[in-house]
Amino acid sequence: MTAKITHWLDDRLGLSAIRELAAHKTVPVHSATRWYYFGGITLFLFGIQVVTGTLLLFYYRPTVAEGFDSVRFIMTRVEFGWLIRSIHSWSANLLIFAAFVHMFSVVFTHAYRRPRELTWASGIILLGLMLGFGFSGYLLPWNQISYFATKVGADVAGSTPVIGPAIARILRGGNDVGAPTLTRFFALHVMVLPMITAALVALHVILVQKNGMSTPPWIPLSRVRQMKFFPNFFLREVMVWYGALAVLGALAAIFPWELGEKADPFASAPKGIRPEWYFLAQFYTLKLIPSHVGFIEGELLGLAGFGVVAVAWALLPVWGVNRAGEARTRLVTGAGIFLAVYLVVFTILGYVK
Amino acid sequence: MRALLLLLVPALLFSQPARDTCVECHTAMDGAIQRPALLIKDDVHIANGLSCADCHGGDRGSDDMSVAMGKAKGFVGKPSRAEIPQFCAKCHSNPDYMRRYRPQQRVDQFELYKTSVHGKRLAAGDQNVATCVDCHSVHDIRAVKDGKSPVNALHIPDTCGRCHADAKRMAQYGIPTNQLEQYRTSVHWNALSKGGDLSAPNCVSCHGNHGAKPPQAESVSAVCGSCHVLFQQLYEKSPHQAIFSAASGGGGCTVCHSNHGIHQPSTAMLVGPNAVCAQCHDKSTEGANAAEKMAGWIDTLGASLKHSEDVLSDAERYGMEVSEAQGRLADGRENLIKARLAMHSFQPEEMHKPILAGMAIADETLRAGQAALKEKDFRRLGLAISALFIAITLAAIWLLIRRIEANGSGYLDTPAPK
Repeated sequence: MTAKITHWLDDRLGLSAIRELAAHKTVPVHSATRWYYFGGITLFLFGIQVVTGTLLLFYYRPTVAEGFDSVRFIMTRVEFGWLIRSIHSWSANLLIFAAFVHMFSVVFTHAYRRPRELTWASGIILLGLMLGFGFSGYLLPWNQISYFATKVGADVAGSTPVIGPAIARILRGGNDVGAPTLTRFFALHVMVLPMITAALVALHVILVQKNGMSTPPWIPLSRVRQMKFFPNFFLREVMVWYGALAVLGALAAIFPWELGEKADPFASAPKGIRPEWYFLAQFYTLKLIPSHVGFIEGELLGLAGFGVVAVAWALLPVWGVNRAGEARTRLVTGAGIFLAVYLVVFTILGYVK
Repeated sequence: MRALLLLLVPALLFSQPARDTCVECHTAMDGAIQRPALLIKDDVHIANGLSCADCHGGDRGSDDMSVAMGKAKGFVGKPSRAEIPQFCAKCHSNPDYMRRYRPQQRVDQFELYKTSVHGKRLAAGDQNVATCVDCHSVHDIRAVKDGKSPVNALHIPDTCGRCHADAKRMAQYGIPTNQLEQYRTSVHWNALSKGGDLSAPNCVSCHGNHGAKPPQAESVSAVCGSCHVLFQQLYEKSPHQAIFSAASGGGGCTVCHSNHGIHQPSTAMLVGPNAVCAQCHDKSTEGANAAEKMAGWIDTLGASLKHSEDVLSDAERYGMEVSEAQGRLADGRENLIKARLAMHSFQPEEMHKPILAGMAIADETLRAGQAALKEKDFRRLGLAISALFIAITLAAIWLLIRRIEANGSGYLDTPAPK
């Protein structure tokens, strides 16, 4: 009977081709193999976000009048609502952290080389989208901290040369953060960003399948063994996912995500208002830049600097290899260390000061 | 028109501020006669464009002393102490004049002063009493809102205390001199000096400023009631009103709360060794029993609300969402305030309603807090159980991997991709 069903499905879906692909997929085994897991963790956490986010949608109401109360209802009245919301919030943060680790592991193992330029580019765009998810989702509970942090964030975006004011207006849906901002952030968070992300994740994963996993240039290929993806590597990956799930559960149970107070646009901004940790490094950098550097506005200069670095980073496969297509390991590793140290140190400084 | 402009422009360019020979000459002098000229730079009148001559008369533009200080120019010199109120009132009682500088400024200070104890005694020839300059200072008079003014809300107690806390000066009047000392132990002083609340009562809030006099026994509750409105309304209807009004040496609110040294009220005023009720109501009498009952209710409600607050804080510390219950607790505290207020009717049954409402809220919020703590325990138990299941699953997968790979299965020696 099972064979009959399998045969019927195989006839229509071409399952044998997928089975064939799975059977032949391998993973290189060497000293840096453990870094391969971070791509999987990121994907797993994204899956958690989709599931918990969908569940939250059953109760969340994206209006200024009801947003905060609906989240409080989820936290206090809905069965296991607290767990779903806390996991969604913790997972969002761990997802961004895992995505950063994944990106730096690609940099330090020089996996951006030919033929993986598009994998790198799609990954960088995905990281940007994850930050977009973080920024838009942060406002949705409509609490005091998120309201004022979004105001600061929109103001910073508004300082971008030429297009800044238009971006800020589009983001806010007006001159200030208010009801239109909440509805458009909601639309971005649950529709626009997920659709783009789903397409890019599919592309990213297909590219990984097509090109296989990269072996770092310092490891001689002749000495690298291969492990079958199914079931050997996959089972290990499942173990890591389970571990991540346990960490998420522990965080949600011991440190449920705070709700805070309902946003009050007429109240003064809470003391020490700052964005989420993944924007802290940039936020602190902007704070350090004087109001004017020469004839240029400090904030403008900072944003222009971030833009240049982001574009340069996205073009890593271009400047990170020589004419022969070999990785410029010293240059790229140096740049990677510099960027990682900058992000860590400035994030800590932004948090402490 | 053009010609007029041509004449005006050089006039504006070369114009200089008007000279003030009073300040110029007195600055060059020594001792007491120099002092006004040095102080005057901080004076609110000067800041508004007035000069020495606007009060003292004379001609500030003349270098000739006999002209500058000549009777022909209306020079009146220094007024005597008895003349000071009238001297200031020349302008301050003139609505048309005052409107030019401060349209909203009152102009009845002199009229009020004449009704005050200070004013009456001055009129009777007592030169020792306060006149305008004793409180507002002289020659360096600042606006009341100015933090450095001696009549700024923050400095009023010290300004009044300069005379009223001086036992030697007050000896001839036979009035106490401990008011300032007592006031500095009061809730009002705490609110003013430590809380920075400029609306908190100081001396003038109860005694008046220009019309200062001690409130009479029958007006004490009206004085306190100007801020504590609802307390006054209940007190006026209470059986104590008639009795306290007849009390010698004061009356009304001060019988229980005292006057200058008003402390944070507590149920210790109702029962216990320092109870003020016990001063009149003997033990086991109806009044003493009522006081005991009211104190018991207030203490019980206060303790219940505190207990609920502690439990909710505990739950909050564990990250539980209890903001709704905390908001409800604020309603409970409001009922405690209402009960304390109702006590001023001195009828226990008046207190019963807010006490019952407050107790119901205390109970409801306590249950919410306890439920949150129970939920916290449930979550942790759930975490422990799921962690155990996850650990078992991980161990099972690991064993499965080992079994699969027991004979090296799953590993290939083909070259890895670049």
